[in-house]
Amino acid sequence: MAIRSLKSGTFSRSGMVGNPVIMPGSYDSIATTTVGAGGASSVTFSSIPSTYSHLQVRITTRSTFGANEWPIFVQLNGSGTGYAYHDLQGNGSAVSGSGSSSQSLMQLGDTSAANGTASSFGVFIIDILDYADTNKNKTSRTFYGYELNGSGKIGMRSGLWANTTAVSSLSFGTGGNFAQHSSFALYGVN
Amino acid sequence: MPRTYEPIATRTLNTDTSTITFSSIPSTYTDLVLVVNAYSTSTGNDNIGLVINGDSGTNYSWTRMYGVSGVSGTTRTTSSNQIGQGTFGTGSTKYSPVIYNIMNYSNATTFKTVLGRANEPVGQVTTLVGLWRSTAAITSLTLNLYASGANYGAGSTFTLYGIKAA
Repeated sequence: MAIRSLKSGTFSRSGMVGNPVIMPGSYDSIATTTVGAGGASSVTFSSIPSTYSHLQVRITTRSTFGANEWPIFVQLNGSGTGYAYHDLQGNGSAVSGSGSSSQSLMQLGDTSAANGTASSFGVFIIDILDYADTNKNKTSRTFYGYELNGSGKIGMRSGLWANTTAVSSLSFGTGGNFAQHSSFALYGVN
Repeated sequence: MPRTYEPIATRTLNTDTSTITFSSIPSTYTDLVLVVNAYSTSTGNDNIGLVINGDSGTNYSWTRMYGVSGVSGTTRTTSSNQIGQGTFGTGSTKYSPVIYNIMNYSNATTFKTVLGRANEPVGQVTTLVGLWRSTAAITSLTLNLYASGANYGAGSTFTLYGIKAA
């Protein structure tokens, strides 16, 4: 993905999350959802145009599930098969890695939940690379974390959907509902 | 579709400077991204600290994960007066890229969560999630250094971007 230097005006390198220089040549807002009163059991972006190179989803969210933390997940094109992930995380006490395959959904990481510090929301930045390329299985990378002033987690995760179909919809879910004020923003990157 | 990933302000230091502040941040974006490529003039170790809206109360906490030569680890700090990213480069040969993603910064309902990543060139790579326990909209960001008397060295750059949602 080409990006433009503020200093020189030249285009270079990638603007995906975590890379050092970030001025994408094209970074378009496709759609945004903010969860209203009563929460939402799922959030779906559908009819995603195939005109971008990559997608980025930026999420601020909290689960209503009765725990301090709870995972969120995504399904691509409504599919319930072919997912895998690997995770690297730190929780203030230990660094650990984990992974799973042959899953019915793509786990993205943990967010704050109903028993956690009030008003605390977890955050996720998810890149889905070459999402419209019908020659490739789909791979994602996620940078996520939540913090509760006494517990919390920081993590990085890779995800696989073993399917070459172009991605045209993303459906996010969690245990319980996404709490009011959760926000999901989808961007297209060229 | 609206194109949106815009530079709000940028600063390149001509002289050593102790703190960097971006103020009067407009509320018209969804997320902020603060990109730092800087070093400390400290002769010892140093750390970069993020303060929001000038709040010097103990309203910050963070969990971080890091890797150094042969070792990985994770730590947590609670009820602090700033968010400390971790080891920061000292001396002009050790520019340290640091990127903060400050999510949903302008809402007045939720606490504010920050994702940070730092690459100290010879010592440590760090990721971090930080919390500011305030529902106030963010209007200013200040970057401190932990080491007494230390400055951000000349040549250091700081750029604040806004990401706008549909």
